[in-house]
Amino acid sequence: MVKTIKGIAASDGIATAEAYLLVQPDLSFTKKSISDADAEISRLKDAISTSDDELTKIRDTAKESLGEEEAQVFDAHKMILADPEFTGAVEKEVSDKDVNAEQALHDVSENFISIFEGMTDNPYMQERAADVRDVTKRVMAHLLGVELPNPALIDHQVVIVAHDLTPSDTAQLNKKYVKGFVTDIGGRTAHSAIMARSLELPAVVGTDTITTDVKAGDTVIVDGLSGAAIVDPSDDDIKKYQQKAKDFAEEKAEWEKLKDEASVTADGKHFDIAANIGTPDDLEGVVENGAEGIGLYRTEFLYMQSDSLPTEEDQFKAYKKVLEGMKGKPVVVRTMDIGGDKHLPYLPLPEEMNPFLGYRAIRISLDRQEIFRTQLRALLRASAFGNLRIMFPMIGTLQEFRDAKKVFEEEKANLVKDGVEVSDDIQLGMMMEVPAAAVLADQFAKEVDFFSIGTNDLIQYTMAADRGNEHVSYLYQPYNPSILRLIKHVIESAHKEGKWAGMCGEAAGDNTMLPLLLSMGLDEYSMSATSVLRVRSLMKKLSTKDLATLADRAVNESITNEDNKKLVEEYLNK
Amino acid sequence: MEKKEFHIIAETGIHARPATMLVQAASKFSSDINIEFSGKSVNLKSIMGVMSLGVGQGADVTITADGDDAADAVAAISETMTKEGLAE
Repeated sequence: MVKTIKGIAASDGIATAEAYLLVQPDLSFTKKSISDADAEISRLKDAISTSDDELTKIRDTAKESLGEEEAQVFDAHKMILADPEFTGAVEKEVSDKDVNAEQALHDVSENFISIFEGMTDNPYMQERAADVRDVTKRVMAHLLGVELPNPALIDHQVVIVAHDLTPSDTAQLNKKYVKGFVTDIGGRTAHSAIMARSLELPAVVGTDTITTDVKAGDTVIVDGLSGAAIVDPSDDDIKKYQQKAKDFAEEKAEWEKLKDEASVTADGKHFDIAANIGTPDDLEGVVENGAEGIGLYRTEFLYMQSDSLPTEEDQFKAYKKVLEGMKGKPVVVRTMDIGGDKHLPYLPLPEEMNPFLGYRAIRISLDRQEIFRTQLRALLRASAFGNLRIMFPMIGTLQEFRDAKKVFEEEKANLVKDGVEVSDDIQLGMMMEVPAAAVLADQFAKEVDFFSIGTNDLIQYTMAADRGNEHVSYLYQPYNPSILRLIKHVIESAHKEGKWAGMCGEAAGDNTMLPLLLSMGLDEYSMSATSVLRVRSLMKKLSTKDLATLADRAVNESITNEDNKKLVEEYLNK
Repeated sequence: MEKKEFHIIAETGIHARPATMLVQAASKFSSDINIEFSGKSVNLKSIMGVMSLGVGQGADVTITADGDDAADAVAAISETMTKEGLAE
């Protein structure tokens, strides 16, 4: 029976394949007294040895398909299984208390988990609790005789169906076989959605019910263009979607032709379309998609992928590689944006009630200056190899910007004194994501070289709505006149002082947002590399002359997010 | 029985990679090897045991080894301590 399940279109494209349910099985059990402890222990040992064999297989597959780093987590799991304090304690619990292995395993594991989770001053150890949980789950599944999903072992084409996908889930997926994602929860900015776009896989998120609507092995069509999943499609459906996929592929081929063209509107106005990157490995996609620069280099990955603070030399190498790779095109590097939802195992931060409103980004950099200075020195040294621009995240007051700039100037002077070559032409800008700064953009514009509007945070702070909380996700309203007024004010303020304004949030690559931003005169649009050509193609069809009054109407006449959606859609359909 | 004390200088204490290295070093020997910190003693061949001790910077720990290869074990563990920057 064909079922169509609606969701949010999170990543373009269409795929048809067998469903792979990445869903946790029921691992509940009842406590039992046992009479033969030896038999129970031997049952436990069997489950442990089967788990260990399975982990070896997963590790080897993961190493081959995903790389050494992703495979390491399974080594950690094997180490826990081999740990006498862990498995020995479970055996002891069985024989001392005459309880079944399930209960003993559960009790011992909970004990370790609570010890690790209790180490609140050590986030690394808190995360180890997750490893213990994972290993326990695996052994428990074998004790109960149920099957755990092992995404690392997928060996044929599938559509992943899950409640949600975490970074560790996606790290285990072999990209060769995964054709698309469908999830119960999440929005366009969820991890699974961002991941799907960077892998160029179609994805539909926020379906609420997909995990109960689909059985493993059902055929599923993922329609990432209109946001729907078709379960158990008829032959006609499959044909219809093959046609749709073909049309989309042709449209994409049209976009491909724009790769080496400049981004211009129908009336010949030029704007910059740049790409967002996280590591030097992303350069390939930037070049392939013909981006005119890098509008956001998120340097925190350098810090997150490491066991300790990255050295000046390591950072210098990464920055130099990106600058050289861009061959003189501008590269906007954002200094460390840690805190909020991003933590470093080796840099314990105090537990906070509201991490997004707390100790993060420039607030840490200005407080822990040794970390900030190392990063700035690495950037300054790399500046000799390309067109570097630096921006500071989470600036809320002019004083913060001045302090950051002062540290930059000091490190620059130090390097020059030591005879190190540094560029004399490094623009210093700031992220526009704190509403207080956006309101005062006219004052900031006198001192900065540029603004880059970070829409995800600007919206979350302006609407006072946690972007990760699905109960308030309706407040993620990029077209709300309140947000658009702030954006318009930021752009106009920059222009008044002869500075430029860009945008590096999700909204910069959004079809509905583009006419509004063009109407406001935004100079630079930075997005996922895979969106560059789509936006360039749409830009080509729009004329700034026709758009002249659109922004004014959007901020002065419209009252709601929906009003503006309608306003733009009517304009685009004309 | 061999015994040696270490003063932990690593900023993050014994965790992550260094803990793994210590456990791996200890596991190569047949002796019973323990690590003692603030009155608690655990098996140094156990990653969970070592990590659950929560040894931080500035802590004093005692390693004891009992068995045929005790002296070699303590020497190897000392080497790992220095190499991983855990103790001087």
